[in-house]
Amino acid sequence: MITELGHFALILAFLVAIVQMIVPMVGAHKRWPGWMAVAEPAASVQFLLTGFAFAALMWAFITSDFSLRLVVLNSHSAKPMLYKISGTWGNHEGSMLLWVLIVTLFGAMAAWFGGGLPPTLRARVLGVQAAIAVAFFAFILFTSNPFLRMAVPPFDGQDLNPLLQDPGLAFHPPFLYLGYVGLSMAFSFAVAALIEGRVDAAWGRWVRPWTLAAWVFLTIGIALGSWWAYYELGWGGFWFWDPVENASFMPWLLAAALLHSAIVVEKRESLKSWTILLAILAFGFSLIGTFIVRSGLLTSVHAFANDPERGVFILGILGVFTGGALTLFAARAQAMEAKGIFGMVSRESALILNNILLAVSCFVVFVGTMWPMVAEMFFDRKLSVGPPFFNAAFTPFMVAIGLAMPLGAMLPWKRGRLGRAAWALRYAFGLALALGLLAWAMQTGRSALGPVGLFLGAWVVFGSAVDLWSRTGKTGSLARLFRLPRADWGKTVAHAGLGITIFAIAGLTAWEQEDIRVAQFGQPFEVGGFTLTLEGVEEVEGPNYLSTMAQVRLETSGREIATLTPEKRTYPVARMPTTEAAIDYRILRDVYVVIGDEQAGGGWTVRTYVKPLTNWIWLGCLLMALGGTLSLSDRRFRVAAGARKLRAGGVPAE
Amino acid sequence: MRAWVVQGRWGGTPSYLGLVLAVLLAAPLAAVQPDEVLDDPALEERAREISRDLRCLVCRNESIDESNAPLARDLRLLVRERLVAGDSDGEVVDFVVDRYGEYVLLKPTADGANLVLWAAGPLMLLLAAAMGWAYLRGRSRAAPVQETALTPEEKARLNELLDK
Repeated sequence: MITELGHFALILAFLVAIVQMIVPMVGAHKRWPGWMAVAEPAASVQFLLTGFAFAALMWAFITSDFSLRLVVLNSHSAKPMLYKISGTWGNHEGSMLLWVLIVTLFGAMAAWFGGGLPPTLRARVLGVQAAIAVAFFAFILFTSNPFLRMAVPPFDGQDLNPLLQDPGLAFHPPFLYLGYVGLSMAFSFAVAALIEGRVDAAWGRWVRPWTLAAWVFLTIGIALGSWWAYYELGWGGFWFWDPVENASFMPWLLAAALLHSAIVVEKRESLKSWTILLAILAFGFSLIGTFIVRSGLLTSVHAFANDPERGVFILGILGVFTGGALTLFAARAQAMEAKGIFGMVSRESALILNNILLAVSCFVVFVGTMWPMVAEMFFDRKLSVGPPFFNAAFTPFMVAIGLAMPLGAMLPWKRGRLGRAAWALRYAFGLALALGLLAWAMQTGRSALGPVGLFLGAWVVFGSAVDLWSRTGKTGSLARLFRLPRADWGKTVAHAGLGITIFAIAGLTAWEQEDIRVAQFGQPFEVGGFTLTLEGVEEVEGPNYLSTMAQVRLETSGREIATLTPEKRTYPVARMPTTEAAIDYRILRDVYVVIGDEQAGGGWTVRTYVKPLTNWIWLGCLLMALGGTLSLSDRRFRVAAGARKLRAGGVPAE
Repeated sequence: MRAWVVQGRWGGTPSYLGLVLAVLLAAPLAAVQPDEVLDDPALEERAREISRDLRCLVCRNESIDESNAPLARDLRLLVRERLVAGDSDGEVVDFVVDRYGEYVLLKPTADGANLVLWAAGPLMLLLAAAMGWAYLRGRSRAAPVQETALTPEEKARLNELLDK
């Protein structure tokens, strides 16, 4: 019964969205206040109905209602409760429902907190947002309905993919979707502004918090996914340049560019048409990401719905929205006249450089991701584009960004002098260089990657600190430091976070140690200053899996520091094995142990990695997200679009 | 984010035998096995380097160095065999490409149509830099925009505020 109500609510939400797409748009065009006012209640109703539909589906998963096809395919009565709940979005249909729920949530928030917007702009924003919702409601109802029943319900379900039964992955999709879909707000604002034919500083101020929120969520979502890959896939990689990872990375890069260019619009009334274009493209890449994941065009573990019909439908959505918006852009962009005047060296020009580097690096990722398909279709060459290509083609952009960031961040608006910014940063540069040289001296006969990464990371971190300090008028007064606007703090924290991530990735890549061997019980072996002893292997039964669990004693300089228990699990229902690495997390390094197979001649295969600085990768991501959040909580957004409430309101959707 | 997984789910209630079979078949082989490792560390290091750039053909975007698949193991052994036989790194890669096609290369060659792939980034950067430069020149030389005069309503509102 609840299922049918949920289904019905979803259809109603679809109808409400159609009304919200048309009536306020007509109202804004004709200046009819009554018609424009339809948008707000419609947005709220749409959200509540979709929320009810989602709750109904979740209820079916929680109660293991095996009369529902989706629950049969993706759940099992013995599955732990957390994964029953996360199973709701651990499949194609449910995740699309979550997607559209977030679209309606953002729409509703724009309605609730958009009181300060001009009425026509607000009506148009909500109209465009509803149009996006309409497309996805139609997609769900016509191609991927989660509420289909089974004619003959089976006794039990087929279980969720065991790789997805993990706390890190339970929350990875909701965050990613909050990010992807958050960009739909930037898109709606951009299209509404094109229809209005007006972009000014106020517009930049309204669009920035949404972009910032989307970017923060994307950062967290990507970091969670990467962390999950690190501990779950069994050899400690953290980024693979998989098409689907790229699908989330491209919108992240563009969102980062967008939130920087929106500053220029807000402060200097320049870069207007470029910012509009970025907003359209950022959401366009979110849709491309959806298309990549759902169409099965590019193979990946995420591709849980390899159905050409769905792919064509999403391609249609992509074509209509990005194509339509770009056409509108071509027709109207001329009207966006720049006002600010600034020199070749200025904060504005630094932000333009930032935008060039981020947008072109996104383009490189895009070309690399799509190239295998293009080569096969047009040149009849079946080839691969893998991590070695991306590492070679993408890394230079990050190095350039890292080098330029501290200098650009110090430049004043309108007109600056590079020499002056460089002089202010001399100690940061010297310290970073000294650290790099120290690392160079201490390591022997290895690549330059580690020291260079350390220099670059330290340069960014120290540069950010100098930037913040210089805002206090270089008095060093702590009181003044803490009275600085939160946006200044946000900038420093987020920039430093990037520096830390750069440093950690370089350090991990350069200084990782690996050992593969057949370990005998009770015989210690050495890896990078640690002594490991395989003490025993036993069979253990989990709630819905069987495990082969080893005990490995970890010692350093004669002192025991941990007992690690790497596992190999088998999920009998899903008939899939997983590797559970055991990791000793420490500040400066992780010891990562994986158990392999029992050998015929006795002993077990054991792989051991000593991974320096790994945790700093995610610490850096966390700092970036924190920086974004700090910036989001700045006073000037609170007086603008009610953006502060955005985060508080964002939580229940998870 | 992918792993080599045994694909597909068999419908219906699992039989005990089927379950055992599935578990046995699915038992993961660790990536590089101890018995594969060459005695000569320099040669082994070269083998690892080469393996990292070769794709496991039955996997999703994974190199043979990382993969658990039996085919990846065969390829790793092949690479080591060729190295022991005295091939240079390039010859080993050519040997594998001759047998399996350029699909095995994770780093595509820079020839023919692939030039587009490799040149796309640098060319786009040049284009973007040129456009950015032109925009900056325009902005630094632009005449200040005359602020448009206030509309009568705005003027009235201003007076109202000033009178307070």
